[in-house]
Amino acid sequence: MTVTSPADLTIHEAVMLLDEGTLSSVALTEAVLERILTSDNDVRAYLTLMPEAALEQAAQADTLRNALRTSGASLPLLGIPLALKDNLSTRGVPTSCGSRILEDYVPPFDATVVQRLKRAGAVLLGKTNLDEFAMGSSTENSAFFPTHNPWHMDCVPGGSSGGSAAAVAAGEALAALGSDTGGSVRQPAAFCGLVGLRPTYGRCSRYGLVAFASSLDQVGPIARDVNDAALLLSVIAGHDAQDSTSLPDAPLDMATALCGHDLRGLRVGVLVDHEGVGVQPAVKRAVLAAVDTLADLGAEMVDVQLPHSEFALAVYYLIAPAEASANLARFDGLRYGYRAAADTLEELYNRTRGEGFGAEVKRRLMLGTYALRAGYYEATYIKAQQARTLIRQDFEAAFAHVDVIVGPTSPVTAFRLGERLADPLQMYLADIFTLPQALAGLPALSLPCGFDEEGLPVGLQLTAPALEETRLLHVAHAYEQATAWHTRRPNLTCSN
Amino acid sequence: MSYEAIIGLEVHAQVQSRSKMYCACPVVEDTGDLQPNTYVCPVCLALPGSLPVVNRRAVELGVQAALALHCTVAPESVFARKSYFYPDLPKGYQISQYDLPLATDGYLEVQTGAGANRIRITRVHLEEDTGKLIHQQDGAWVDYNRAGVPLLEIVSAPDLRTVEEVRAYAMMLRADLVALGVNSGDMEKGALRFEANVSVRPVGAAALGTRTEIKNLNSFRALARAVEAEVQRQIATLESGRSIEQQTLGWDEARGATFVMRGKEHAHDYRYFPEPDIPPVQVSAAWIETLRAALPELPAARVQRFITTYGLRVAEAQLLSGESSVAAYFEAVMAAADGTVAAQDIANWITGEFFRLFKEHHLSMEQCRVTPLQLVRLQQLRQMRALSSTAAKAVLVEMFQTGEVPEVASERLGVLQLSDGVALQNWAERVIAANPTQVAQYLSGKSAVLGWLVGQIMATSQGRANPQQAREALLTALERWRSTS
Repeated sequence: MTVTSPADLTIHEAVMLLDEGTLSSVALTEAVLERILTSDNDVRAYLTLMPEAALEQAAQADTLRNALRTSGASLPLLGIPLALKDNLSTRGVPTSCGSRILEDYVPPFDATVVQRLKRAGAVLLGKTNLDEFAMGSSTENSAFFPTHNPWHMDCVPGGSSGGSAAAVAAGEALAALGSDTGGSVRQPAAFCGLVGLRPTYGRCSRYGLVAFASSLDQVGPIARDVNDAALLLSVIAGHDAQDSTSLPDAPLDMATALCGHDLRGLRVGVLVDHEGVGVQPAVKRAVLAAVDTLADLGAEMVDVQLPHSEFALAVYYLIAPAEASANLARFDGLRYGYRAAADTLEELYNRTRGEGFGAEVKRRLMLGTYALRAGYYEATYIKAQQARTLIRQDFEAAFAHVDVIVGPTSPVTAFRLGERLADPLQMYLADIFTLPQALAGLPALSLPCGFDEEGLPVGLQLTAPALEETRLLHVAHAYEQATAWHTRRPNLTCSN
Repeated sequence: MSYEAIIGLEVHAQVQSRSKMYCACPVVEDTGDLQPNTYVCPVCLALPGSLPVVNRRAVELGVQAALALHCTVAPESVFARKSYFYPDLPKGYQISQYDLPLATDGYLEVQTGAGANRIRITRVHLEEDTGKLIHQQDGAWVDYNRAGVPLLEIVSAPDLRTVEEVRAYAMMLRADLVALGVNSGDMEKGALRFEANVSVRPVGAAALGTRTEIKNLNSFRALARAVEAEVQRQIATLESGRSIEQQTLGWDEARGATFVMRGKEHAHDYRYFPEPDIPPVQVSAAWIETLRAALPELPAARVQRFITTYGLRVAEAQLLSGESSVAAYFEAVMAAADGTVAAQDIANWITGEFFRLFKEHHLSMEQCRVTPLQLVRLQQLRQMRALSSTAAKAVLVEMFQTGEVPEVASERLGVLQLSDGVALQNWAERVIAANPTQVAQYLSGKSAVLGWLVGQIMATSQGRANPQQAREALLTALERWRSTS
């Protein structure tokens, strides 16, 4: 890719050009649609595309921008083409969750975060691929097709928000929303050289996000730089009366977050070596270099320990499947979605769910059902909740001494398609560093901090205390200002 | 061998809130002509991505019911998912409460012929109703209008021993819930549904027998008959040397017998776990006190007060206390009468004439057009003998229909008894003048003729004269006649 296209702009760059009048939203949207046309046959990021609707929204945005120019008012995302993970409900637009069971399901309402994007003026391009019901780390568990990593077409884009990450990396959207249950925003962002932010649990409404594990699910942005991630967060965050777990509005100071690169006085807890986890040498190198950069910016490095994090994987794979086993019970073929032919009710349930769900979803539903059985519940689910509390307390103790914690987002860079499919445990290990924050409900962000020998991006993960997104973004922004990783774009070698 | 029955009741009471338990859909009364699936939304249809929000009013009513049942309200209670698959359950789980219910450890005093008994209540919790299956020739259909309607589940300890006690407990609970405004009490619309746990044991035995659970009992009659039948079945089973199996039973109203729905081996594992979409519900001490202060007087307390304050008999006190609107009316009449009319008279009129008219015209106290003051006036006219008892009843019917005050109604009906001295004197003099023979007979000592002469006044007045006063007026006129002739 030598010719620069508006499709490769960041949101804030595009907004500047739109405000100057040197770029129209229609031209921008056309450029992105053009990119989709040339790249998505290979990347396969999208499940549903809405080119006509997107262009119509873009034209309206251009008209509105002209109207607003005289009044001096503005909308933060006016005319910016974005993509949505296909587990976010969109009124009148199919929302499949990457599953056969919801292949033809069209929601009659918008998720709260989608409403907020629309209100902010965004142009919505389409719905992106994901692991079925967000269960996976490679987007290979999509019932329809796998998505490819724009940095290396033989590699996975990560998951479960792999479609969103691949779309943004390939210039098929300026940014996207994903959802993060155990790392599904941060890990694909890391694999695709992007910024992925998991907000504090409750910061963004889950209303309309198709539930995987209710106590863990959070919507988060995937963007090309920290500035864009911050902008998207400020649009989608906020209390929602329709989500009882959404928190009261908490401060989110963008001016502070995106100011300067002085990190003096900041105490950074470093967690690079993990007992029993093989971290790829290139990842370790890149993360340690990033730690040095933070130190150069004035931050003070402090040793931290999260002794119970080693249980995170076990805890997560009890709690998330347990909640999922109930959350996915509504897919019974009776009211919407796929319905198998059957003569009896029992047969209807068995066939609809047997044919409608893929292998990984079934594996987790069985695991979760098992964990909740009478007589096993105390030893499994309750025990896991107790361990979850210990993990949360580890973070509380650590944050008494440090302001943020840094480490790798994933122990590895993007792996080959098919490589880990046969071994679920290997696949689960790809999330090992992103699970503790999810279990503790903490905000965490992944941003590019280097590349491995194959030119695959490495992600640096920052974690902050609950509701300290401003601090998280501030540190990330300072690091980004001091480095150039985020400016690299993949060299798309397309087949047509 | 003689046996004793050990019975516990689970009562599901539909909570009278305007909206459903976890969404803003209105709760609509199923009058039979409601279009299916018209009061539904993404939440109660369990569309993907929808989330529940607890109905605050339902929590308040639940807390009030719990307080009235002398329960301890939990400062923090937790909603839980109860999982099972059935077409009427849209989410595949019911949001109920499990190990941390809204309230625990209360009781209800129950009166039967055998005396008073305190029935312990183990728990009170909130949950949601299911939809309704409709079986038709062309297949089975589901109506979700009722899905998500708030239910209060009230579970008693196995403290009930007789069918009479079961019935009294259920009726008392209904009366209390209606008085509290928690439940409509409308059994025909399924506002209250019962499940009974039944076991029997030889009298004097300490260990409990194996229990069975009878589901879906929707009337007092079904409840009483099912419990009676099950107790007898269990006794007969034991007598024949067999043992009771732990089972879930249904009730066949037509056959008058229980039937097996599922055995112990098919018992559901509901896989309860805390509802992650709803944070624990906090009920502060201050909120509890506000709700306690707003509690209305319950029927049992009111019966006692009516007996002690107004000197009513138990039967009337109970009749007047059953519904708060009736009780309030009675007390308004008592206040308006201000001692001029006896409480027993007012009680008789309300429980007699009023109830008869309500029944006849399918009315309730709320729709009654007779104001307390009008009823007092009517009673006063009767006491003054301006109206006979029969006439007063006719006047009341008129007042019911027209809303007229008693004076106007009786005037129009022409039933007002005249005690007007001048009019009576005129009639008496006219009768004396017209009947010289009978007057002469009376004056010569045949006092029996007096009755005939009074009859003449009654006839002349077309029955409107007060007989007693007519008699007095006649006597006066006759004495005057005697002295002047």
